[in-house]
Amino acid sequence: MKPAAFTYHAPETAAEAAGLLADLGDEAKAIAGGQSLVPMLALRLAVFDHLVDLRRVGGLRGVERRNGDVWIGAGTTQTEVQRSALVAEAVPLLSRATPLIGHFQIRNRGTIGGSIAHADAAAEYPAVALALDARLEALSPRGSRTIPATEFFTGLWSTALEPDELLTGISFPVRGARSGFAVEEFARRSGDFAIAGAAVAVELDADGRVLRCGIGLFGLGSTPRRASAAEAAATGGGADSLSAEEIGRDAIAELDSVPSDLHASADYRRHLGAVMVARAWQRAVKEASDA
Amino acid sequence: MPDIEIRVTVNGRPRRATVPPRLTLADYLRETCGLTGTHLGCEHGVCGSCTVLLDGEAVRACLMFAVQADGAEVTTVEGMAAADGALSPVQCAFRDHHGLQCGFCTPGLVVSATAFLRDNPDPTDEQIRDGLSGNLCRCTGYQGILKAVRAAADGTGAAEETA
Repeated sequence: MKPAAFTYHAPETAAEAAGLLADLGDEAKAIAGGQSLVPMLALRLAVFDHLVDLRRVGGLRGVERRNGDVWIGAGTTQTEVQRSALVAEAVPLLSRATPLIGHFQIRNRGTIGGSIAHADAAAEYPAVALALDARLEALSPRGSRTIPATEFFTGLWSTALEPDELLTGISFPVRGARSGFAVEEFARRSGDFAIAGAAVAVELDADGRVLRCGIGLFGLGSTPRRASAAEAAATGGGADSLSAEEIGRDAIAELDSVPSDLHASADYRRHLGAVMVARAWQRAVKEASDA
Repeated sequence: MPDIEIRVTVNGRPRRATVPPRLTLADYLRETCGLTGTHLGCEHGVCGSCTVLLDGEAVRACLMFAVQADGAEVTTVEGMAAADGALSPVQCAFRDHHGLQCGFCTPGLVVSATAFLRDNPDPTDEQIRDGLSGNLCRCTGYQGILKAVRAAADGTGAAEETA
């Protein structure tokens, strides 16, 4: 249960960190809070010759308004996200998802950028990023670029980040006043990874029709997924006449590779997934309608 | 893979050490500092026995490297009691309400409960259960632990302190 030996780097700028990742290639891994990486190292599921620690890197922490969005530095801890009044007011879906991540001791170290870059299919933040159309900022020695969340999660624990790219921040669009948000997940014990879960954002127009919506799914595939077909079917519909159960069924019908393991069969996960989407949809629509 | 020099304040005492990067904070505390109150159960972040305070926040000492604690203040279970040995309110409550049995998980629970009650001074029972969910106990069935944290929150944990 001891990690293999590695060389430790603690750069002070994001450019320096990206430079190290570029120079060291596959033998290096960036470490932020380490709450997923250190267990993998301890169990020797992963071995790296170099770790590039981001703890000293300036400009990676904080929550602020930027161009109408809420920008969160990748190195901001989950506890800091949870305590942020700005996040609670402008990106409530993120605030509501945060207490579901592990335990408070984990959230004190774990970062939003680490969670999204790690891209665990059963994690909350990637699904929230999908549901809200977040934009992910990446930096490499070649420059910086912005990646839409919908193009970011590419497979099992893999993302659109190149080996020399560092996730530096995440921008969350702020929704209009008639919006509602909800996260629902089913886990066997408090703090466990969800067997299935859904993050839902709904915005209604003046007539109570769905102006736009986002449904992020977790625990239901090899990557975090977005239920695009179910969203398209619901958009434009009257919030009162849409059936939450039907949206739940539609969201799950799109999925092609629902996992089956010790915790739940694929069929049970599909059932749970549909229920989680339906519950989250119902709560989000109620909040939007009451707003 | 060169060793790294670190400076850490542990339970109020400044320390310097040269450590291999792969040394976890938990192993540094136990092996280098000789503070064996921090227990290692699972060594991959599940059991919570190794919980310590890092700059005041409860963290798993097995899920970080000692080099990452450079410049930080660490408080272990050995730092919970007062300098004269008087137990903290949480420690008294654990003693008075049978919050421990074999004692293996106790350091992590005491540290977690201390941080939890500082941030949630008036918790509901539900919040206490959630706050303790990151620490596993294999003996007590948790009821004594819940009672102890309830009593510590209510300020009734130190009833028998003079015993």
